[in-house]
Amino acid sequence: MFRATLKSLLARKVRLVLSGLAVVLGVMFVSGAFVLTDTLGRSFDSIFADAYAEVDVNVAAKPKLAVSEMEGEQVQAPFPAGTVETVRGVPGVAEATGTVVADGARLIGSNGKVVTSFGPPQLGGNWVGESDLVQLREGREPRADDEIVINKGLATAGKVAVGDRVGVLTLAPKEEFTIVGVFGYSGDRDSLGGVNEVMFTTPAAQRLMLGEPDVFNNVVVKSAPGVSDESLRDSVAAALGDDYVVKTGEQLSADAAAGLKEGLTFFNRILLGFAAVALLVGTFLILNTFSIIVAQRTRELALLRAVGASGKQIIGSVVLEAIAVGLIASVLGLAAGIGVGALLAYLFSTFAGGLSLAGVAVPASAVIGAFAVGMVITVVAALLPALRAARIPPIAAMQDVATPDRPLTKVTVAGALVTAIGAALLFLGLGGHASGNTLATILGGVLFAFIGVALLTPLISRPVVAVLGAVFSGWVPGKLGRLNSGRNPRRTAITAAALMVGIALVTGITVILDSAKSSISGLAQDTVKAELVIAGAQTGPRLPSFDPAVLEEAKAIPGVRIVDGQYADMAEIGGERTWVGAATEPSAMRQVYGATATAGDIDRLAAGQMMVSSDTAESRGWSIGSTVPVQFARGEAQTYTVTGIYESSPLLGPMLLPADAARNFSVQQPFQAFIQLEPGTRVADVLPRVEALLADSPEVSVADRDAFIEQQASQLDGLLRMIQILLALAIVIAVLGIINTLALSVLERTRELGLLRAIGLRRSQTMGMITVEAVVISLFGALLGVAVGASLGAAVVEALRDEGISKLVLPWGQMGVFLGLAALIGVVAAVLPAIRAARINVLGAIAHD
Amino acid sequence: MTATTGQPAPAAARASDVWKVYGSGEAQVIALRGVSAEFERGRFTAIMGPSGSGKSTLMHCLAGLDSVTRGTVHVGDTTVTGLGDTGLTKLRRDKVGFIFQQFNLLPTLTAKENILLPLSIAGRKPDPAWYDVVIDTVGLRDRLDHRPAQLSGGQQQRVACARALVSRPEVIFADEPTGNLDSRSGAEVLNFLRNSVREHGQTIVMVTHDPTAAAYADRVVFLADGQIVSELIEPTADTVLDTMKKLDTPAEVTG
Repeated sequence: MFRATLKSLLARKVRLVLSGLAVVLGVMFVSGAFVLTDTLGRSFDSIFADAYAEVDVNVAAKPKLAVSEMEGEQVQAPFPAGTVETVRGVPGVAEATGTVVADGARLIGSNGKVVTSFGPPQLGGNWVGESDLVQLREGREPRADDEIVINKGLATAGKVAVGDRVGVLTLAPKEEFTIVGVFGYSGDRDSLGGVNEVMFTTPAAQRLMLGEPDVFNNVVVKSAPGVSDESLRDSVAAALGDDYVVKTGEQLSADAAAGLKEGLTFFNRILLGFAAVALLVGTFLILNTFSIIVAQRTRELALLRAVGASGKQIIGSVVLEAIAVGLIASVLGLAAGIGVGALLAYLFSTFAGGLSLAGVAVPASAVIGAFAVGMVITVVAALLPALRAARIPPIAAMQDVATPDRPLTKVTVAGALVTAIGAALLFLGLGGHASGNTLATILGGVLFAFIGVALLTPLISRPVVAVLGAVFSGWVPGKLGRLNSGRNPRRTAITAAALMVGIALVTGITVILDSAKSSISGLAQDTVKAELVIAGAQTGPRLPSFDPAVLEEAKAIPGVRIVDGQYADMAEIGGERTWVGAATEPSAMRQVYGATATAGDIDRLAAGQMMVSSDTAESRGWSIGSTVPVQFARGEAQTYTVTGIYESSPLLGPMLLPADAARNFSVQQPFQAFIQLEPGTRVADVLPRVEALLADSPEVSVADRDAFIEQQASQLDGLLRMIQILLALAIVIAVLGIINTLALSVLERTRELGLLRAIGLRRSQTMGMITVEAVVISLFGALLGVAVGASLGAAVVEALRDEGISKLVLPWGQMGVFLGLAALIGVVAAVLPAIRAARINVLGAIAHD
Repeated sequence: MTATTGQPAPAAARASDVWKVYGSGEAQVIALRGVSAEFERGRFTAIMGPSGSGKSTLMHCLAGLDSVTRGTVHVGDTTVTGLGDTGLTKLRRDKVGFIFQQFNLLPTLTAKENILLPLSIAGRKPDPAWYDVVIDTVGLRDRLDHRPAQLSGGQQQRVACARALVSRPEVIFADEPTGNLDSRSGAEVLNFLRNSVREHGQTIVMVTHDPTAAAYADRVVFLADGQIVSELIEPTADTVLDTMKKLDTPAEVTG
């Protein structure tokens, strides 16, 4: 039996290659994700280990607000310079240096734009001299408060050099400095993991990065010989008390790397999600291949049964074949995954400004993941065809292969049932009735819906294929192709369903994002009564910012009625971190943003007062007069009294504080401002004057309202494009499926093709016939995908109605493009099978054996 | 055999000194050794011979399904030898009809669609009067909307015959058309073929190893070892059987 299996496997290796390819791609994604995160993780480890190599023990003040890497920047609270002296006095301390290190030193490059790092922090600090890690490459250390040194990577990115006069944005608005030196890091590195660094003199760093004179936010401690880091840490901690956090360099490095790795985990999950989609599609493909192979081998299998093989042995033979395919595909997928992981890591490192990568290694998780996924998927997918193979009666060996159409009743009932389960799960998940596991419930619902629809597809395929094919009926090869595609509803259905999954996901996500975009910009268009907006694109966790003085100056421009500058930051309220906003012009709530009061006064805010949205008030149980303690990134907790409640809207934040609250924010500069003009003032008159005010705030620009809304809405486009690219993989696998099905069908119909050629079908007509078959199948799949995707998207939009996504937008244009694309996919998928069909030797095909 | 060369009208199909060699060296097999034969218009010719005599190869070469190693083949006034795929396709489409032993019909099409398929492929309309004649001759009028799976073997083969006839080809090649049928269905099909020759002047060349089937033909050509060794005009099953028996005796082969 084993030998027979192997032989039949070898005889059909070409057929299995294509279905194996689907597994290879899925496994590649899984193992690639693990290799990538492992490589990047180890790279981060080594960077932080380097960065903190010279730190034996580090002292920092306890942060006012703990913020994770993904949420924004950690503000390490400043402490008085006297603390450094205290540390110096602790026995065992050889050396203690007060340092300033904070994110947010943004250098303006030679092109007048802020040099961005796309993620890694842009650190500003005080120059404490060269070390084993940091060495000046050029120039000297900063001596005056308007002198800086910068790292080589930053100098290259900003195209600036020693001697240049450059602007730097910090907690203070733009100030000019002379670059007096450029430094690099040990190992000839220009940057540590893409981090940009600007080093000032200590007084300048204290003022610009911490906002106060004579404070530091870190003390770097060297231990005296013979004193262990741990014991020194404990004695320093004892000397300083509970307000300080004291860690060894090793701890610090591990903690910093852990923060970034949390982000990587997120990244990993996304990649695994796409792998799951690829594998779902791959499962359809394998199922189909094995079904067709079993159908084609009916006589052979019946013969085996006739000579005494048991049903179990037949199942075993098919499953063994699946295992072999899965094994080979997993090995290839793993190899491809290692390549892809390494490539992505390389791209990531280049993009992040020269992260020096640790060597690529293959973590056990990648190997285990690859084999588990590859083997399990293949075997599971082959199980159904195996069971069918076992049911072939021995008599089939003696008869002409008659494959009567099995009734579709069972499969249709099962499909309806599974679809119903999917719909129910979606209803629970989207309706918020799933306790705790909303995401899992929704994903489960989507999965069930896909499988259910796939099971229903054979039933739908007949009428739909007939209608689709009607287009081609005037042309004989077209008609033959159409008839062929309707010939085996199950086969057509599974092939089309594979394409459906990818297209449904893309369509669904497009529906959701387009609806969100259009609802919010529609709302903004209807309610926001500001002619001009000052805003900038966000390039990292940090919001853009500009000089608060611009607000006053803008207000002085003739024709300007209201200027509302907005600040935002994370704060802690009732033990929870949440975004809070502060505005310079509370009256703008009603007059500019169209807010309506549900209680209290929303036209003014005095110090110590706040207004909140009706949703926030309800969920937190606040009413007019409630007092709310708020812990900001800086300073002590402040208490605010609720004096106004406004109707919730997606355009308005959960709570609004007076502008003076912003002095305790981590960034004390506004990130955007709305400008309302006096009636009759021309936008074109004011816009250039505001533009002029922003000359020193290159992170933001002024735009008219519609341009701003468009700009905000288009931020979703990037996300959409990324999802589309990743889901394109699922579609590629589906194309493999179509090629596979067609190739197998061509093989199966060799005689028929020979007959057609014998009675005068030209080669080109033969190819046309196969192409029509492919186009009909892929159009069918795309049609299903668009329909299922639009329904899923509409369901999600309906569920988000409360969140302000009130308009359902069906992207007809996009959906049309998908259908056109499907037709193209059909043509492409048909190329190889069509050539093969056209090359069939007429004599060989019809001469009986 | 050679008596026909002086006729004014060209034969429906003609083979001149046709050689067919498969393989080379040790594995070389000579299937046809200089076969020359003519198949007159309006006649029903059977090609017979034991297994391996080259009868199927001869038919495949005549029909343009297989190329010849040496010699020439004509169908009507078309020289088949040397035609490319396009020429061969055109030949099959316009001048040649086929009836095979099995796998003769497209399962997706109805009987009527199968019959009209060669014409639709060529983009031609059937002659309605001739179509009616063909349908009535094969006796399938009430089965025209059935698919092959719903027809018996004999009915299927009659549909295949109708398909070959409906485009009025220069010559129909039938390869063991009754090989898969019981004797009654076989007789039906053979009668039908003979009638189409007698009544409508169709030319048919049929390969068979069944003397009873060959007896329906006007003439039988016998092949052995790649050469034409004998022929019979107006054969009966008995004379065919006798000739076959002689062929099996090596001494007679030279005669």
